Amino acid sequence: MQPVGAGVPLRVDIAEKTFKSAEGVSVTALKELSFEVRQGEFACLLGPSGCGKSTTLRILLGLDRDFQGSFQMPVGGGNRTAVVFQEPTLLPWRTVEQNVRLALPKDMRGVDLDRLFKTLGLSDMRTLFPSELSLGLARRAALARAFATEPAVLFLDEPFVSLDEQTAERLRHLLLSVWSARPTTALMVTHNLREAMMLSDRIIVLSPRPAHVIGYFDVRLPRHYRNPQVMSDLLRSFHQKFPGAV
Amino acid sequence: MNQPDGTGTPAHRPTSSLAPALPALTVIASLLGLLVLWSLAATLWPSRAFPPPQAVWQVLVQDGASGELPYHLGVTLARVAASFVVAMVLGSVIGVLLGSYRRADRFFNPWVILFLNIPALVIIVLAYIWFGLNEAAAIGAVAVNKIPNVVVTMREGARAFDPRYAEMATIYRFSPLDRLRHVILPQLQPYIAAASRSGIALIWKIVLVVELLGRSNGVGFQIYLYFQLFDVAAILAYTLAFVAVMLVIELLLVQPLERHATRWRRRPA
Repeated sequence: MQPVGAGVPLRVDIAEKTFKSAEGVSVTALKELSFEVRQGEFACLLGPSGCGKSTTLRILLGLDRDFQGSFQMPVGGGNRTAVVFQEPTLLPWRTVEQNVRLALPKDMRGVDLDRLFKTLGLSDMRTLFPSELSLGLARRAALARAFATEPAVLFLDEPFVSLDEQTAERLRHLLLSVWSARPTTALMVTHNLREAMMLSDRIIVLSPRPAHVIGYFDVRLPRHYRNPQVMSDLLRSFHQKFPGAV
Repeated sequence: MNQPDGTGTPAHRPTSSLAPALPALTVIASLLGLLVLWSLAATLWPSRAFPPPQAVWQVLVQDGASGELPYHLGVTLARVAASFVVAMVLGSVIGVLLGSYRRADRFFNPWVILFLNIPALVIIVLAYIWFGLNEAAAIGAVAVNKIPNVVVTMREGARAFDPRYAEMATIYRFSPLDRLRHVILPQLQPYIAAASRSGIALIWKIVLVVELLGRSNGVGFQIYLYFQLFDVAAILAYTLAFVAVMLVIELLLVQPLERHATRWRRRPA
C-alpha cells in the first residue's frame, strides 16, 4: 500500500531552540541542527547525555512548538506518528490489549493483532494490566502499540534504558523483527553506540550542547551480517571517523 | 507501578469462605448493641419524647403499609439524585477548568472561597425568594451548596494530572471522547469517589432543610409536620428509613462501582 507522495523523507531543519531557566538564564539546547531520514530508513540520533536529543524528539513529536526552524514529516500511513518513550507510558487502568487498540484510529480498532502480539511474545499478556507486567514486558507492550498503528514515521526515545543488558538485547532483536516485517521510517535517540550500530542504517552523530550534526555514519551491511566480529570492525572505523565523539 | 522483577502473575485473593462475611457480621452485632442500649434507656426513663424501638417500628410498618412512607422517601431520594448529578457535573467541569488554567484559578479562587462560606440556609432562602417556591429552586439551591466542595476536590484532581498520558494521547490522536473516557476520567476517579462520598452525605441533609422550608412533600416536610405534632416516634421512623436507604445505596451501588473502577490497582497480597 504505497500512498501518493511516498518517498518523502523526514527533513529536519531547526535553527535554534533555547530554554529559559527559572532564574531567567537562557540555555541554547539546539543550534542549526539539520538532517534527513530517508523513506523506510532506520536512523539513530547519537550524542552525549544532555546534548538535546530528547528535546529534538519532543519538537518533532509536536510537543514543543517554541523553537525556530521547521521540519517535514514523511507522508503515508494516514500521516500517523508513533512513539516509544523512555517510560512505557501505558494507561495503568486499561489492559495491554486495550492500550494498543486505543492508539489505533477508529476504523482500525478491530484489526487482528494476533501476529504482532505473538512476535513480541505478548500473546498471554493481552488481558493483564500494566501494573502486572515487568518493565521489559511493559516496553514490549509500548512497542506493540507503536507498530500496531502502522505509522508513517516512528520515534523511539532511548526505549531500552534501565533494563539489564540481556533483556535489552532481547528487546532489540524483537524491535528488529517487528520493524523488518514492515520497514518504517524510524528515528531513535540513544547514547549507546553499540545499540545504534546494531539497529540502524545510518547514525547521525551530534555534538555536545548546543547540538548540531557532526557527521553521518552509514551502516550499509544487512543486519543479519552484523556479528560480533563485524561489529568491532564497525566500532573501530566509527572511532576513526569520529575521534572523541560519544 | 512497574516492577522490573515482576513475573506478571496477578495478586492472589484470600481463599477462606468465612473471611468476607466477617466485616458484615461485625456491623450487624454493632447495630444490635445500639438497639439494645436504646431499648434499655427507653424503659428506664419512659417519656413521650423518647419512644422505645417498638414504637418507632410500629410507625414504620403503619406508614409503610399506607404508602405514605415510600412516597415521601421516593420524593426525597429523587431530589437527592437530581441535586447530586447537577452538583457533580457542574462542579467537576469547573474544578477541572480551574485546575488546568492557573490564571482562571487565580481570578475565580475568591469566588470559590466565598461560596464555600455562605451558609446553606442563606442560599436556600435566597433561592426561594428569587426563583419562587418550586422544584427547580429547591434542587438548584442544594446543588449550589455542594458545587464549591466538588470544585475544590476536582481542582486538586486536575492539578495531579500526569502530563505524559496527555502527550501520549496527543501523539496517538485520541478523539476528545476517548481522551475523556480513557485518560481524564480514570485519573480523576479517586477524586470523583471522594467528592461523591462526602457529597451524598451532605446533600441529603440539605435536601431535608429545603423540604422543610418550601416543599409540601418529602422526608423533610414530614419531619416538620411531626415536629409540630410532637411525634418523636414518627420523626425517628422517617430518619431511620432514609438512613437505611442511603446505606443500601452505598453498599449496593457506590462500593461495587468503586471496586470496578479500581480493579487495575495491584492489591496488597
